[in-house]
Amino acid sequence: MIPLSWYLLLSAALFALGIVGFLIRRNLITIFMSIELMLNGVNLSFVTFAHQWHLVKGQIFVFFVMVVAAAEAAVGLAIIISIFRARATLAVDRIDLMKL
Amino acid sequence: MHLILFIMFAGLCLAGALNLLLQKHPINSALSLVVVMTSLAVLYLLLGAEFLAAAQIIVYAGAIMVLFTFVIMLLNAGREERTRGSVSAVALGFPAVAAILAVIATVILKAQDLGSASLSDGITSTEELSRVLFHELLLPFEVTSVLILIAILGAVALARRGNGEEAGK
Repeated sequence: MIPLSWYLLLSAALFALGIVGFLIRRNLITIFMSIELMLNGVNLSFVTFAHQWHLVKGQIFVFFVMVVAAAEAAVGLAIIISIFRARATLAVDRIDLMKL
Repeated sequence: MHLILFIMFAGLCLAGALNLLLQKHPINSALSLVVVMTSLAVLYLLLGAEFLAAAQIIVYAGAIMVLFTFVIMLLNAGREERTRGSVSAVALGFPAVAAILAVIATVILKAQDLGSASLSDGITSTEELSRVLFHELLLPFEVTSVLILIAILGAVALARRGNGEEAGK
């Protein structure tokens, strides 16, 4: 018997760790994995609120997030392969053509 | 029992997420992300979402992470170089993250009407889930299949060695 706020705090912590990873990591693939971590943090809070109000729709939302995340991973990794082919590097400091 | 399982897998989850940030090699980060996703599947099960727990393991820890490790090994990604990084990202980003986390934590801890979870709560059956998914939300479900199709075509078009990419070298 534990309060649901613990689950929500865990979800917030995962989301924050995802943002920190997005900011401090310099590898394109690791940055992409940090985004997946943030998505997982949000999914946990969806499931928690679905449990809180006994609604199935919260879980279906997570299902759709998973589908979109799978599509996003496929397209994102294809873009990463394409970038690697053109620049031969994965370090974001060297892929800064559009940076001011 | 619920408390023990929660503490065990929430700790595993946070440890995996921290390890993802601290490891220098992308393959180690990918494997710790698998740990995070698998322990999240157990947490979903504790909250009574059995279908999502299975889908989390199959789709996330299975399909998506295999794709990640495949790309890491295909591109032979080495250790990350240590660089200073963006100063503005550190100067503005970390206070912003701390502020967001503080606000969310305050709101959650002040909320009075949040319930609690225990092992005897009963689980949402897959039948119940699919009844809503295939009756009320049939159109969004079909739209996601179109989305997946577009994603497949986009991934193939992007990753294929085309003529246009030779000019970019």
